[in-house]
Amino acid sequence: MTRVTAAPASTDPGAAVTRGADAPRVTGRRRNTLRRQRLEILLFVTPALALMAIFVVYPVFSAARMSFYRWKGFGPMVDFVGLQNYLRVLADDVFTDAVVHNFTIVFASILVQLPLGLALALLLNRRIKARGLLRTIIFVPYVLAEVIAGVVWFQLLQPRTGLLERMLSSVGIPVPEQGFLGTPDLALATVFVVLTWKYLGLAVLLFLAGLQGVPDELHEAAQLDGASWWQVQRRIAVPLIAPTIRTWIFLSMIGSLQLFDMVWILTGGGPANATTTMATYLISQGTQRSNYGIAGAASVVLFLIGFAMAVAYQFLVLRRDTKADA
Amino acid sequence: MLCSSAVLLTVSACGSGGDSNASGGDENTITWWHNSNNEPGRGYYEQVAEDFEAANPGVNVEVEAVAHEDMVDRLEAAFQSGDLPDVYMERGGGELADHVEAGLVRNLSEDAAEEIEKLGGNVAGWQVDGETYALPFSVGVVGFWYNTALFEEAGITEAPATMAELSAAIEQLKAAGITPISVGAGDKWPAGHYWYYTALRACGQDVLEDSVTSLDFSDPCFVQAGEALQDLIETEPFNPGFLTTPAQEGATSASGLLATEQVAMELAGHWEPGVMQGLTEDNEGLGENTGWFPFPAIEGGEGDPEAQLGGGDAWAVSQNAPDTAVDLVKYLLSDEVQQGFAENDMGLPTNPAATDSVSDPALAQLLEVRDAAPYIQLYFDTAFGASVGGAMNDAIALMFAGQASPEDIVDATQQAADQEK
Repeated sequence: MTRVTAAPASTDPGAAVTRGADAPRVTGRRRNTLRRQRLEILLFVTPALALMAIFVVYPVFSAARMSFYRWKGFGPMVDFVGLQNYLRVLADDVFTDAVVHNFTIVFASILVQLPLGLALALLLNRRIKARGLLRTIIFVPYVLAEVIAGVVWFQLLQPRTGLLERMLSSVGIPVPEQGFLGTPDLALATVFVVLTWKYLGLAVLLFLAGLQGVPDELHEAAQLDGASWWQVQRRIAVPLIAPTIRTWIFLSMIGSLQLFDMVWILTGGGPANATTTMATYLISQGTQRSNYGIAGAASVVLFLIGFAMAVAYQFLVLRRDTKADA
Repeated sequence: MLCSSAVLLTVSACGSGGDSNASGGDENTITWWHNSNNEPGRGYYEQVAEDFEAANPGVNVEVEAVAHEDMVDRLEAAFQSGDLPDVYMERGGGELADHVEAGLVRNLSEDAAEEIEKLGGNVAGWQVDGETYALPFSVGVVGFWYNTALFEEAGITEAPATMAELSAAIEQLKAAGITPISVGAGDKWPAGHYWYYTALRACGQDVLEDSVTSLDFSDPCFVQAGEALQDLIETEPFNPGFLTTPAQEGATSASGLLATEQVAMELAGHWEPGVMQGLTEDNEGLGENTGWFPFPAIEGGEGDPEAQLGGGDAWAVSQNAPDTAVDLVKYLLSDEVQQGFAENDMGLPTNPAATDSVSDPALAQLLEVRDAAPYIQLYFDTAFGASVGGAMNDAIALMFAGQASPEDIVDATQQAADQEK
């Protein structure tokens, strides 16, 4: 691009005279390549932009528009209610609880999965027996389709008949009367355990990749200076993969805010709304109850929360990484 | 983002598939969607369409048999786009009222007056302001399906007729080491059915009819209904983990537990034997151990113990459909087609001429109960519409979790209803 746009000014002095009236003058062949390149760009970008517009931009705006109406999902959208849907969403205990559940998962993921993932990554980065096999085992849950993993865990966690309960009770560990998923106080924690099992692999994979980028010389130099294995990890390896960790936190945060599939399969948001998330609230109000206005308002709130957190994180945390690059 | 656009892609794919088949303005082509996508229903309806074409030369019926859940989704999309099939299924109540208000459904009161007359009280759920918008072809009632062998094992000789007798039966079953009842409270509506029934037993017919139109739940009988239900829940009769148990999917669902003899009974509609057959390896369900008794009476309740909770499916004609579509619906409710429908055990026929054609003993018993009932109350969540019904079901499910009082259910329902006014 820069080559082409720079060309006219330097090679064709006559252009300067007429520039005010006309576009930068270029020779016929150059103009052709320029046009061709623009056409090519247009050709390649249009399908992606069109898809983006149809499936991302348009739905976002249509949800925003929906949120100002009382609308059942069919017929013309005429019953304008202003901000009433937003007031109803924000005053709805089920929704505020859902927000709390989402943030519980956000923070629990960082507090539990980060240290666990880091520890496993450091371990698997050492030369131990069957390292490849262990890495695969850790990573397999992440590759499994979410729905399949959910159904498997749903069956494992069945009260009385599920494998997990039978294993626990056969070694004398008491199991809750209504099962792990059926007890309101335990349900969210149980969902979180399953989520950790599912997503730990991604954290470990990213951290391992980061660790492999740490130059061997640094390890050797530290060892020559008499640093222990722990000291090498703490002072050298972990600080050097900090950008990877920060990126992982970002991904994990966004994923936790959008949490839907696993919850939907394991509990459907129940028992007694103990595991609702903003996304399950959307489905239950929108497609299940035809309160599309309410669902629209809730989706705008979800969008704003996600957007605000993403922007804040970008500015406060990730900016360090981009600065370091530049 | 990726995930949501993938969902949208499939939805739009479904939508465009529907477009090509939906009413295209051709006066002689009728599109008909139904959910009997398994034999014998599928083949029977194909035959019905052919017979109709033969009797009406030049008319072409395009039949689409779709699995129930898919049909519901496709209809939802069709309502949004306004591009509906000519003949489709309506469940009645508030949902139908909304469709009528949006001008999507054709008024059949005059064109099918004769059929409406014949169907009698069965059409009540499909009337809006006295006008009939769809003709029900199958109406069933909800009651307790039970395992006669397990009842015998526990020493229960007679089906419980009052709530006190039900509690006694629950105690007997527990004493015999049998889990008394399974309920799919994870799906909420199965829990909802309990409250609907206690309300039906606690409230008089006039109170209920009034509440459906006025959306006013201030009558004390609604609180009484909650109290009766709370008493039942406190006897702890349900399967372990019932708060997240699904209604019908898989062997660990409420229906699956009854079918595999893990529990003694379940409150469910006329679909239950069919569902249980699908959930057992020998396709027998409970087989000859299948028993049924109506929901017990509440001591001191105003409601008629013979009244039943029920619902069903009706054929509706979309507003822009050709007139021959009305003829097809009338034909679908004719003695001949309803008899064939009954012979194939596809549901509980509404045309009295087909009553004797029902061969399945369990369904025949239900039909008797239904026709003896002074009135059939449409499932409340259907009657009130998805929005009020959903809020009501949520509150009832909370009571099952011990987190809502009888008053809370009434308050939550009233609050959602006030938003509709």
